[in-house]
Amino acid sequence: MLYFASLRDAAGCAQETVSSEAREPRALYAEAAARYGFKMPLERIRVAVNGAFAPQDCMLKDGDEVAFLPPVSGG
Amino acid sequence: MKAFSLSSTAIDAAGLLRQLESERVGAVVTFEGRVRDHNEGRSVRGLAYEAYAELAEAEGARIIEEARSRFEIAQALCVHRVGELVLGELAVWVGVSATHRDAAFAACRYIIDEVKSRVPIWKHERYVGGEAEWLHPDA
Repeated sequence: MLYFASLRDAAGCAQETVSSEAREPRALYAEAAARYGFKMPLERIRVAVNGAFAPQDCMLKDGDEVAFLPPVSGG
Repeated sequence: MKAFSLSSTAIDAAGLLRQLESERVGAVVTFEGRVRDHNEGRSVRGLAYEAYAELAEAEGARIIEEARSRFEIAQALCVHRVGELVLGELAVWVGVSATHRDAAFAACRYIIDEVKSRVPIWKHERYVGGEAEWLHPDA
């Protein structure tokens, strides 16, 4: 799992490997939110799987790299 | 060079502009986004950008391709900084060349607007007084 910006600060790490029964990014996010106290609601998060944008409810496989992206602020 | 790229060092605007030069184009429009000293009523003393580099470069390249298909342009380039920036420094540069100005203006506007709303880059502002925070704008 990859965390960015405020999520990275809240998690205290940019990435970690987790073992989970969760099969969808939204469930993984809920677990991480409980673990680290994320305040950002899931509705504001975009998900990427293996480097490409993906739906929050896509089916994950073992070894997938899942990134949680809070609202962006480039420019 | 790639049409969209991230840079951890100062953006060379003059060098980028030279890449757009051609006797075939009649219009070149550029946009420079710079670090300003205030935001939403707070005094800013500096900022940093963080990116999900792999996805940012892919999404940035998609935006440039979209601009090329929507508008009659010759070339488009965009570079966005990552890392620590000081006040006044160039944060993002967009340049578009075209036969005529309308397409160049429209494509330049399209690229900067889409980059700001879609590319996974985040701004961390440091304020006078010592606080700092990530910006996660609504919609």
